[in-house]
Amino acid sequence: MKLTVWTYEGPPHVGAMRVATGMKGLHYVLHAPQGDTYADLLFTMIERRDHRPPVTYTTFQARDLGSDTAGLFKRACQDAYDRFKPEAIIVGASCTAELIQDDPGGLAETMGLPIPVIPLELPSYQRKENFGADETFFQIVRHLAKPAEKTARVSCNIIGPTALGFRHRDDVQEITNLLYELGIEVNVTAPMGATPGDIARMGQAHFNVLLYPETGEQAARHCEKTFGQPYTKVVPIGAGATWDFIEEIRMLSGSTAQIDSDRLRQSWWSRSVDSTYLTGKRVFIFGDGTHVKTAARIARDEMGFEVAGMGCYNREYARDVRTLAKEYGVEALITDDYLAVERAIETLQPEMILGTQMERHIGKRLGIPCAVISAPVHVQDFPARYSPQMGFEGANVIFDTWIHPLVMGLEEHLLHMFREDFEFNDAAGPSHHGGHAAPQAAPAPDAAAAAAPQDDNVIWLSEAEKELKKIPFFVRGKARRNTEFYATERGLHEISLDTLYEAKAHFAR
Amino acid sequence: MNDQMTPPPALGCRSAPVLKQRGQREVFCGLTGIIWLHRKMQDAFFLVVGSRTCAHLLQSAAGVMIFAEPRFGTAILEESDLAGLNDAHAELDREVETLLARRPDIRQLFLVGSCPSEVIKLDLSRAAERLTQLYAPKVRVLEYSGSGIETTFTQGEDACLASMVPVLPDTQERNLVVVGALPDVVEDQMLSLLADMGVGPVQVLPARTIDADVAVGPNTVFALTQPFLSDTHAALVRRGARHLAAPFPLGEEGTTAWLAAIAAEFGVTQDTFDAVTEAPRRRARQAVAQAAEALDGKSVFFFPDSQLEIPLARFLTRECGMTAIEVGSPYIHDEIHGPDLDLLPAGPQISEGQDVDLQLDRCRAARPDLTVCGLGLANPLEAEGLSTKWAIELVFTPVHFYEQAGDLASLFARPLRRKRILNGPALEAAQ
Repeated sequence: MKLTVWTYEGPPHVGAMRVATGMKGLHYVLHAPQGDTYADLLFTMIERRDHRPPVTYTTFQARDLGSDTAGLFKRACQDAYDRFKPEAIIVGASCTAELIQDDPGGLAETMGLPIPVIPLELPSYQRKENFGADETFFQIVRHLAKPAEKTARVSCNIIGPTALGFRHRDDVQEITNLLYELGIEVNVTAPMGATPGDIARMGQAHFNVLLYPETGEQAARHCEKTFGQPYTKVVPIGAGATWDFIEEIRMLSGSTAQIDSDRLRQSWWSRSVDSTYLTGKRVFIFGDGTHVKTAARIARDEMGFEVAGMGCYNREYARDVRTLAKEYGVEALITDDYLAVERAIETLQPEMILGTQMERHIGKRLGIPCAVISAPVHVQDFPARYSPQMGFEGANVIFDTWIHPLVMGLEEHLLHMFREDFEFNDAAGPSHHGGHAAPQAAPAPDAAAAAAPQDDNVIWLSEAEKELKKIPFFVRGKARRNTEFYATERGLHEISLDTLYEAKAHFAR
Repeated sequence: MNDQMTPPPALGCRSAPVLKQRGQREVFCGLTGIIWLHRKMQDAFFLVVGSRTCAHLLQSAAGVMIFAEPRFGTAILEESDLAGLNDAHAELDREVETLLARRPDIRQLFLVGSCPSEVIKLDLSRAAERLTQLYAPKVRVLEYSGSGIETTFTQGEDACLASMVPVLPDTQERNLVVVGALPDVVEDQMLSLLADMGVGPVQVLPARTIDADVAVGPNTVFALTQPFLSDTHAALVRRGARHLAAPFPLGEEGTTAWLAAIAAEFGVTQDTFDAVTEAPRRRARQAVAQAAEALDGKSVFFFPDSQLEIPLARFLTRECGMTAIEVGSPYIHDEIHGPDLDLLPAGPQISEGQDVDLQLDRCRAARPDLTVCGLGLANPLEAEGLSTKWAIELVFTPVHFYEQAGDLASLFARPLRRKRILNGPALEAAQ
């Protein structure tokens, strides 16, 4: 048993729903109790879908448990077939149905439906949403994709995008265009937009482009083994990664087509002198493994940030993220406990968070700006405008998204110069964001706070504490942390005004 | 005191045949109630003993992360708990200990059963008893089931309140207990109306904190403010209390009838009743009339969701000039819904339970001007050209009593007004 306040991932059957809802002509019959239909609203409300997800739930109740839940499942399955006439059906159980062991797969197979019936085994008490999506898509490919003659022209499949994915809609468009520029046709994009018939002809492609390892890696491996299709290892998020991806595609396809990179503005924007203020900003990165890995590279190599910490919530990518963290000289945080992430951020006091909607909330509480880089998704992650993360336009979008929460260059200087201006003060926050949260300084318990040891036995003397308050909010956390670190390292128990400035000189850069 | 009331219809819906179908039910489970209950009871924590699905539901239904650290959480069952490798009770004790250590402000803890905990027959009542002994008197531990196999959406609140009834102190005093979680502002309005009529003492269940002196006994009468509280009703009757049946306090008419039932019980004179209610009734009628302009002459179709459907249909047909085509409710209890069914003019199909696909067929065939349904159905129906009102908003928004009657009508009017604005005058002229 584990106490959870917020979760980064839903249960595995929600992953299966993301695959089914992304596809066309496929239906999911889910053995589940009344109430599990809540998952429909993820798609109709968060993603604003104009159709119900293609899912039939058995919605059994207590009175059914004593009688015939297996019969209920078979009826639901038959009704779903009769009403929706899908090309294929996937069947499975949610967490509660798993416990009553009706074996939906076995039941459906005995019904003699004239279409492929694909059973799913998704262990609800061990695995989570991403696994559910990955496994479901793999089973669909394994059951439906057949060996086929390769297309005459070089073609590939795009693998991994699902319903309710973080910017999947726009990433697919961006990468499809990029492949087109390279002279490569897209044979099938799956699961998103594909029919079971499309899955059947996946074998025609020469290679696979794996955009989202979290939801497509098993299928990509299967295709490599079964159809001899190699798959891409670079995820093209960021300018550098996009160039590497283009190189990888050239290797796989033999394409020599030139790429027009004029629309990649991020590289120049980042070199423009107004971006100088970004230098060395300490960022904490958290999200799914793939987005964290790509964000780390952008942060350090393309934005000039310092990566102060990183981690991911999906254990499947723990090893990758740990290896990368070592390379960046930080400790990786692998956890799906929201409170542990909050503690890590509080300790590190980064100047910015690159995280999920959860970390955005943590940032709000701690007064640290945050840009969202990864699922779990929120209605805000489905903008009306074109807003990919991948390819050249994705790099542009990321540049804008990441600097938006920050106090901009000259404004930062002005805040330093006029610390106590009654209107233009740091509590007002970045001037391009309207109506700001209340200032953080709590006047009443100040005396107590000043005396309270922040760390072990280090005490802030009131003069130093007062001076600390004059430091603008967006660097105050760092100044506090650096000074305490400096004091602890030197065995000081009190922080005076001098200690504060000695620490400042020590950490100057 | 019926001088200003619209007379009841010659034929109501109380004896109308009820359509009962069984199939997929597109409804929330009772855990959802935690989202408003944990705001209402400020010293309570709701610990769901369940699966990742339960945690995901709470988070999704709440709109991701509204509250930094909410007063609810899920103890997620893991493989080892199911395989019997761990003693689930020992595990639960450990989680509760950690929780109470971190949240010393918690005075009431609800252990909330879920589908998986019911299926594996984890005995939460035993756990609640044991934990109460451990943490009394500081913390009271109760348990109820919010599972989808036992409860539908608002029945979660019913189960929660019913679990509190047996531990309420005894009293011989004559008192009025008003039952149902209302937003604080609405509750205060209601209490002040009752006080002005000289009705008292009045207590409210659920109270905002554990220290409130709600008591029950043979001289207690109680009134329900929500139509989904049948188990709580039964639990109070078992304690000797008597129910004051009335239409629900939604809209001007419902509120007046609800107050009148209490006034009659407490011997309030007609003059006092009129003096107290006249001004708010006038305001309510005025506000409803303004908001209902967009609703007049339009048709409405209710999918089952919160059990509020019958009183709402009564409000929309009698005060806003709408016609009901179908009124679906997850459950219908004659004792509780009867007074509203009496007032609802015959005509609409009354349905209980659901086969969502068949009901969607009926809805599409009827093409109502407004469809009241859950979040899973709203956008798909909008895409088919039907205007919808999310039912869940009716549970999350202050809609009861006089001062909210206009807001209630506005909630239904807004989708229609919006469509009119977006379609523009040209399209409207064409229609």
